[in-house]
Amino acid sequence: MRALPTFTVATAVGLLALVGAAHQASAQIKIGAVLSVTGPASFLGDPEKRTLEIYVDEINAKGGVNGQKLQLVVYDDGGNADNARTFATRLVEEDKIIAMVGGSTTGSTMAMIPVFEEAKIPFISLAGAIQIIQPVRPWVFKTPHTDRMACEKIFADLKARNLTTIGLISGTDAFGKSMRDQCVAVAGNADITIATEESYGPRDSDMTPQLTNIRNKAGVLAVVNAGFGQGPAIATRNYRQLGITLPLYQSHGVASKQFIELAGPAAEGVRLPAAALLIADKLPDNDPQKPVVSNYSRTYQQKTGQAVSTFGGHAYDGFMILIEAMQRAKSADTAKVRDEIERTKGYVGTGGIVNMSPTDHMGLDQSAFRMLEINGGDWTLIPGS
Amino acid sequence: MAELLQFVFSGLTVGAIYALVALGFTLIYKASDIINFAQGEFVMLGGMTTVFVAHAGVPLPLAALIAIIATTAIGLALHRFAIEPARGATSVALIMITIGASIFLRGTAQIVFDRRFHSLPPLLGADPIQFGGAAILPQSLVVLGSATVIVIVLWLFLERTIFGKAVIATAANRLAARLIGVDTRRIVAFSFAVSAAMGAIAGVLITPITLTSYDAGTLLALKGFAAAMLGGIGSAPGAVVGGLLIGMFEALAAGYLSSNYKDAVAFLIILIVLVAIPQGLFGRPKIERV
Repeated sequence: MRALPTFTVATAVGLLALVGAAHQASAQIKIGAVLSVTGPASFLGDPEKRTLEIYVDEINAKGGVNGQKLQLVVYDDGGNADNARTFATRLVEEDKIIAMVGGSTTGSTMAMIPVFEEAKIPFISLAGAIQIIQPVRPWVFKTPHTDRMACEKIFADLKARNLTTIGLISGTDAFGKSMRDQCVAVAGNADITIATEESYGPRDSDMTPQLTNIRNKAGVLAVVNAGFGQGPAIATRNYRQLGITLPLYQSHGVASKQFIELAGPAAEGVRLPAAALLIADKLPDNDPQKPVVSNYSRTYQQKTGQAVSTFGGHAYDGFMILIEAMQRAKSADTAKVRDEIERTKGYVGTGGIVNMSPTDHMGLDQSAFRMLEINGGDWTLIPGS
Repeated sequence: MAELLQFVFSGLTVGAIYALVALGFTLIYKASDIINFAQGEFVMLGGMTTVFVAHAGVPLPLAALIAIIATTAIGLALHRFAIEPARGATSVALIMITIGASIFLRGTAQIVFDRRFHSLPPLLGADPIQFGGAAILPQSLVVLGSATVIVIVLWLFLERTIFGKAVIATAANRLAARLIGVDTRRIVAFSFAVSAAMGAIAGVLITPITLTSYDAGTLLALKGFAAAMLGGIGSAPGAVVGGLLIGMFEALAAGYLSSNYKDAVAFLIILIVLVAIPQGLFGRPKIERV
């Protein structure tokens, strides 16, 4: 019994050494990724991993970067931040990567930041929260837009329609809470008054009491719902059930066809911000993002047979920003690559047009979101948004 | 007044859902003293199977029937392969088994179906009924009506049929029931089948309101269980009253206090009631005869 594990370990070590040697011969540039491929956040990590694999292959088929082939090292943290940190250390110490694209969730990203900061290796996160890049850390970047931007986008549209007093209803799940906090934080700057606030549990099946209270609040001109999953669909149905005629805004959290299916006719007239990737076919031909989002959608659907999601798009953006930075640096030196990532200007990606700076390690602005209205069971793009 | 009425309508809607789920707990408990924590998964299976069978092109009523039959079969299988082999184990151990079964069913549903949310069309249309300045969906009344029908049928069955009496006898004393010739194993299997069918019916009826997904069962079971406890576990009218009360507490708390604390308020009231009346509102106190 005792000899068996030793033998197994020895074989495994031997095999690993062989695999390592084989890879060292062909691959010169190692890029690391710790993603939540399985577990509760697999809807993030799975498309991210597939995207990275597709585009590493594509770059290698074209001869690699600066004449060197890429090697992708992916670890699955299973949605667990502790695992993420362990894998981050392994990427640094054993795999000796020169850059990292990944961190599917905010939790795993925050856990890995100290590792890459200490090792001085560029780290492009694919997670949402604004804490990742505020305060700015020299080696940490991120590609997804933030909740704050979604709030600002909604508020800008409200202001344009002169609907400056609103009722806010949000889910009590992580997404709803975070977006609610950001919306409350930016409301003042956007000249929006939140006259009344309500919440609902992520699994609630009726929100008419909360919506009745919002309806009865004097002065409310529009209602904003910060939420993810089924809650917003039920809130929208209840909204129509009560016959409320005020304009209703949903968040980017439900920017999918599924929301229209679930809410049904009640969704008519609802407005919401969404990333350009989800409405690739609706974008006008002169839209700067049209080519990149159409290409990515087509490639992803062809190679995986699945519908495109914004999360895979974040991985695409992170990877391409890194590749372009290495091309500009004409080297894979970590410090030079970091400097070039920070100098990214006018990169047109799936998430928007990225202009990074020493004080902004995300580089997206409001134009990353488009304002949509649901009409006839489909999205319509609101012009000029 | 209109707003109070609206809160009451909301309470009825949510309460009827809890009541329908809570009813599923009563029969298994009556027959075997087991609280079946996979009951929420029966509800989920009813809704999800209907969605997917209907999506495959089967007419909706037939799809619902297939879902109810399939869920009943799963209920029987749960009894045959998980509960029956462990017969003789304590109630606590059997309850553990049902928790395991619920996790298994949820995980399997995630693979067999998908991870998305789904809905079903309501039975009597989606136009709300207006009354006194408040609005209620016809489907809420359908759910409420179905819960009432199930209570009556269950009562007639338990009180008026020999088979029903056998269920009660099994619950009261399994050994004595066997001595007078009751096949207690069949009774317990039967209670799992009927509870699964009741769960599936609940799933079909509530999905137009609550939507459904592979993990919808967990919270429904929790609320349904709370309703069953409040009403007195094992009592069918108690399950309905308990469900309606919890729904009403939640709606009124969300309307008049704060939506942040509505669950806390509801559970606090349950706690107070159960401290005052441990056997629940309609439960019979257990008297040990010596």
